[in-house]
Amino acid sequence: MSTVVTRVPGRVARRRRSPRTGALGVTSGLGLGVAMLWFSLLVLIPLTAVVATTVGGGWDSFVAALTNEQTAAAVRLTVEQSLLVTAVNVVMGTAIAWVLVRDRFWGRAALDVVIDIPFALPTIVAGLVLLALYGPGSPLGVDVANTGSAVFLALAFVTLPFVVRTVQPVLEELEHDAEEAAASLGATGLTTFRRIILPSLAPAIAAGAALSFARGISEYGSLVLLSGNLPLKTEVASVRVLTYVENGDPAAAAAVATIMLAVAVTVIVLLDVLQRRVARRG
Amino acid sequence: MVRTPAPLRWLLRVVTIGYLFMLIAWPVSLVVRTTFEGGLANLQTALSDPEVVHALQMTGIVAGVAVVANLLFGVGISLLLVRYEFPGKRVLSTLIDVPLSVSPVVVGLALLLVYNSRDGWLGRPLDAAGLQVIFATPGMVMATVFVALPLVIREVVPVLEEVGDEQEQAARSLGANGVQTFWRVTLPSIKWAVVYGVVLSLARSLGEFGAVKIVSGNVVEKTQTTTLVVEQTYQNFEQGTAYAAAFLLAFASVLCIVIVSILRPKDPA
Repeated sequence: MSTVVTRVPGRVARRRRSPRTGALGVTSGLGLGVAMLWFSLLVLIPLTAVVATTVGGGWDSFVAALTNEQTAAAVRLTVEQSLLVTAVNVVMGTAIAWVLVRDRFWGRAALDVVIDIPFALPTIVAGLVLLALYGPGSPLGVDVANTGSAVFLALAFVTLPFVVRTVQPVLEELEHDAEEAAASLGATGLTTFRRIILPSLAPAIAAGAALSFARGISEYGSLVLLSGNLPLKTEVASVRVLTYVENGDPAAAAAVATIMLAVAVTVIVLLDVLQRRVARRG
Repeated sequence: MVRTPAPLRWLLRVVTIGYLFMLIAWPVSLVVRTTFEGGLANLQTALSDPEVVHALQMTGIVAGVAVVANLLFGVGISLLLVRYEFPGKRVLSTLIDVPLSVSPVVVGLALLLVYNSRDGWLGRPLDAAGLQVIFATPGMVMATVFVALPLVIREVVPVLEEVGDEQEQAARSLGANGVQTFWRVTLPSIKWAVVYGVVLSLARSLGEFGAVKIVSGNVVEKTQTTTLVVEQTYQNFEQGTAYAAAFLLAFASVLCIVIVSILRPKDPA
């Protein structure tokens, strides 16, 4: 869903604040009340319950859950692979955005559609899709199913659009004057890229990287069929949560979920700060 | 604009196209080809399987209700966030984005903890009142609404900010009441943003897996959705059915995204 991410943080600078914002009247006040009630019942109370269950279980059981050999291995694998995938996305995502904006060739429009596919595909289908080429019976003879590479592959697939879609709009709106000035003063292409273009892209790349890391940490659906969920080998954090739920141990499930929730909230707050900084500068 | 030197340009082209081809285009085309390997046989087998048919209906109901709920909530909260001042507005607008990055599994767990009928804070009173949420349709709808919650809002808020409120003020000064202003002035100006938001929510809702898996209990022919059927049939070695169900899901979701990308450039806002 390209549109989900394109708005962080590039386009913000152009936005016009609406001139007046009113105080709440009776109808709008009532509307806000209903909306807040719904939002609380659906999101705030349940997420609070996750944290409350963890706190209620006490510090010792929190530590016990996280230092459980199998859980610790799952968390380590999740963080490692998410970092690795994010690093790949920073490079490949920026390169893809560059090609989409600055290069002209036949079939470029098709690339643009292909990039949205990972957002559109249901995650379970994404797993099935990757199994077709990289699973048993692969036409390439590459079978990564049930290995650590499967985790990397699934995460690379589902997080691909984030960096592309945050960098692309910024690159499109970048003024060319500074680049031309640098070139006319004798800067090489590499220097121009490093000193002029990259600094303007940096907030967008950071935003895309943060989104991609958060998605990597939280991913579940695409891994189910592909990674085999082997304990200590290919099991990720979200699978641990599900296993704890199925085994009737909500306190341990909540402990792992709290960590994942903390990462998610941190990323959202980070994006908010980035967005405001870019808006202020623009 | 500074031209990229030709060798570098070709290198970037080859590397990015190769990457996208190996990671996305080729695997996706393989699934489509496998689905139609024996003509329409796989689709026919899948569609004559009562489990699959029930799951498709379940997905339709859950996604439909979730999209309507998110449409109403999304447009309402967008208007409040853009047009009104109230304490805690900044916090609310940040919190609204949280469902985007929370793991579906955490969403499922969170709803399970609060709404289970055994010891849930709200689940017990609701169960006493005769409403079962977890392992039933209401819970599945809630999980789906949760994961797609910010999509309409993220489309509508920027457009509302962009159009400003001069026209609304004008309508009001000419004697239009709040309802008339909304239907005649505000809604037409955010129409396309609402359509995009709805289509994106629909795509997201059709494909939800992790959260629904936890709150539904995955009961065959009762609370099983299409994504859950794909998992189950694949693990039972019914590859043909799994591929056919996956194809139907993927087709619907990709269609949503294609519709959005066709509509978008015509949008003046």
